[in-house]
Amino acid sequence: MNTRTFLQKIWPSVPILLAALVITLLLLIVSDNSPLVTYEALWTGSFGSADRTLSTLAFWVPLLLCSTGLLVTFTAGLWNIGVEGQMVMGAIGASWIALRLSAANPAIPGWIIIPVELLTAMGLGALWAALAAVLKIRGGVHEIFGGVALNSLAIIFTNYLISGPWQPPEGGSFRGTQPFPQQALLPLLDPSRFSPLSLGLALLALLAVVLTLRGTHWGLRLKALGKNLRGAFILGVSSEREAILAMMFCGALAGLAGSVRVLSWFDSLRQSISGGIGFLAILIVLLAGMRPLWSLFIALVFSALLNGGTIVQLRTQLHSSLSGIIQGTLVLFVLLFGDFDRLFGPNQPQSEVMEVADE
Amino acid sequence: MRVELQDIHKVFGLVHANRGISLILEPGSIYAVLGENGAGKSTLMKILSGFQKPTSGTILLDGKPAIFETPIDALQRGVGMVYQDPADFPPLRVVENHLLAYDTKFQLAFTAAADTLHTYAQRFNFHIDPQVHVDSMTLGERQQMEVLRLLALGADLLILDEPTTGISAEQKEALFNTIRRLAYEDQKTIVLVSHKLEEVLELCSEVFVLRQGELAGSLKLPATANDLVKLMFGQETERTERSPIDAGKSVLTLAHASFGDRRLTCESIDLSLRESEVVGLAGLEGSGQGLLLRAAAGLIPLKEGKLTLDDLPVEGKRSPFFWMPWVAGLFFLIRLVMLMIGRVSGAIVGLALLGGIAVAAILSATIWLISEILIVWTSESAYHQFQKRGGAFVPAGRLEEGLVPNLTLTEHMALVTPDHQFTVHWDRAETSIKELIQRYNIIGRPNSLVNELSGGNQQRTMLALLRNPLRLVLLEHPTRGLDITSANWIWDLFQERRLEGTAILFMSADLDELRERSDRIAVFSGGEMVGLVDANEITVEDLGHMIGGQRA
Repeated sequence: MNTRTFLQKIWPSVPILLAALVITLLLLIVSDNSPLVTYEALWTGSFGSADRTLSTLAFWVPLLLCSTGLLVTFTAGLWNIGVEGQMVMGAIGASWIALRLSAANPAIPGWIIIPVELLTAMGLGALWAALAAVLKIRGGVHEIFGGVALNSLAIIFTNYLISGPWQPPEGGSFRGTQPFPQQALLPLLDPSRFSPLSLGLALLALLAVVLTLRGTHWGLRLKALGKNLRGAFILGVSSEREAILAMMFCGALAGLAGSVRVLSWFDSLRQSISGGIGFLAILIVLLAGMRPLWSLFIALVFSALLNGGTIVQLRTQLHSSLSGIIQGTLVLFVLLFGDFDRLFGPNQPQSEVMEVADE
Repeated sequence: MRVELQDIHKVFGLVHANRGISLILEPGSIYAVLGENGAGKSTLMKILSGFQKPTSGTILLDGKPAIFETPIDALQRGVGMVYQDPADFPPLRVVENHLLAYDTKFQLAFTAAADTLHTYAQRFNFHIDPQVHVDSMTLGERQQMEVLRLLALGADLLILDEPTTGISAEQKEALFNTIRRLAYEDQKTIVLVSHKLEEVLELCSEVFVLRQGELAGSLKLPATANDLVKLMFGQETERTERSPIDAGKSVLTLAHASFGDRRLTCESIDLSLRESEVVGLAGLEGSGQGLLLRAAAGLIPLKEGKLTLDDLPVEGKRSPFFWMPWVAGLFFLIRLVMLMIGRVSGAIVGLALLGGIAVAAILSATIWLISEILIVWTSESAYHQFQKRGGAFVPAGRLEEGLVPNLTLTEHMALVTPDHQFTVHWDRAETSIKELIQRYNIIGRPNSLVNELSGGNQQRTMLALLRNPLRLVLLEHPTRGLDITSANWIWDLFQERRLEGTAILFMSADLDELRERSDRIAVFSGGEMVGLVDANEITVEDLGHMIGGQRA
């Protein structure tokens, strides 16, 4: 897709963005704050300097990975709420390798240890997702409930590890494990927490998913399942097999996102490892209406807002929840006016035409 | 109420569905609206019942112009419609369904509503218990409920769309009596939309025939069926002849098969089909013939007995890893025993035991998870096995089960092409679907979504997507809702398949169709197969008696 068609696709979101800004503007004026200063702080906080931009990018990568995975499960009609837990399990997997393998054998170079970490993270994330899928298929547990339960389990497991077996030598602090050795971390773009490698992987994953959903037989089967489970089954699609596969695919990407969190954003396994990224990613994909390019863009906007929020707080004493407010208004406006295809689409009454063509 | 339609036009994009239709409906009469599929009947009725607005033209009720914004609007002015698929809420009870139409602000008047229903039901001899949940009622009962509801709401003009599809003979009789009484005693206006000419001839006093969106003419009854057909098609249409074909070797066998669902169980059914043979399944809706069709496809499991296709059992492929979950359990037990031995001998103490159990649990859970993944991966459902061996199942619910809404025709083509390659060859799929679109007369383009097609075209699409070679095809109501020409066309198609040796098993509510299209007919009543008869040797009346429960 060239730039022009991309812009054509993206432009209807501009008025919505503007509307959200205007609403927050009114809020700021009502609450006696200078909107100019606040927006400026928001901008500097997200893209104002190389430093801040890199930070925004660093936050963007796991968000992008999770949304990419969710594109697959949503296409298959699965509500993978468990993406958060899958991310946490990925983080645990990467930490396991970093703490047990790398710390014990400092001689193993990064180019060996990092792929092992990433693959372990993906594997663990995929297994955690498969658990939700198997519960659904074998036990009839809806993936939303299974996912929520597995999310809590993953977080409890993290807490146990941090305060138990993996606590730092100087004593458990409930905050995190000891920092991983340097060679176990992703190569960072100094002095930030942004790893170009992770962005490359995320973009690659997105590209792979786009191509899979457009051009492969598996992608088509998932699409059919998502639109009509029963019909797809009658036409010969094995719903159970594809559901497990789709969940594992998403789990692997979520796991990768988790490893990016521990290996670049942090340098150790923390309690707050997920940062709500999994849930945010669900919101992003739904807002984007499962369109890959849109989710890429919306994920970037959200990442910028969250990153800018902290600077706003420092500069203006406004609480950082301002970004939350902007986010909320964005969501509201998209939900209210967001069906662009219907608003701006060229040939809307078409479906009605065909319907009666020979009833 | 005297209803007058004046010069009604309805345009959908390029399609002119109604072109200047004018007609007058007098109180105390029963009218029929006839027409081929696509003639514009449904559109006209939707306009009359407030479901859609006309592009131009007026509706006069007792001489006063009326504009309906919604069906509720129309109902308040006395126009009610009984849809072919009942517009009710299956999870609710009858009385609750009834109360939905009344805005009683806060409190629901259950007793009053039940009384009203009871009064109307008694008058027309309907047996409807207001406290029963709608999803446990038959289609006919739901339709009766709908009629009662509309009457209670004060409908003066009652439109019934294909009211006799899927209901029993008794229910049909009760419905017709009701219609007559409503028209002749209560002076209501009745409009019947139907494909069944005999019913129209039996019941109605005047017929309006639509052709290509225009009113082709009207006819006062009594008249002959041939007159009607002439008016509808411009010529007489006969059902196409079915040439006898010698049946070959056995294709499908059900031996002592028992199967069922929550409502009905069929015990010990025996049936076999040979190559090129057509067997029809007769019976009232829900008598077991539908279950049989699904059991034969492997869609519902057999409780007992055997299902074979070409002498091979259809029972699903069990995974070669089926034993693995047991290994996980065994592993856990062994660890547990070892831990206990360690504890007794004093090697393991206190917390270490708990930790050991936890580790064992996590490890065995992992083994279990992996084995479950492998099992799902390597097993195959009975239905997919049936499909791979050359069986096909064409459900009645086109968009519910047969096709995938919001996928295009090309995507459907690519989906059913047994394609073991990784990527989809879109150009190849498009070429094949174009060919099929032409051959099967589907009005649509390769990139049309299936839900944009009309019912008849969806039906043709499902048939076009059948795989080759086809050993056996199971059909649920293959021609329901289609006019004679379309139905003939579809049966001609199956005739071609028969020449290739395909066996056909189908269910239908149309006794004439069953008699004319089948070699043998299996008759079901209350979950039992009450007879398996030669189609050439049975009359429609005898068939009717058997459906009612009489043995052959």
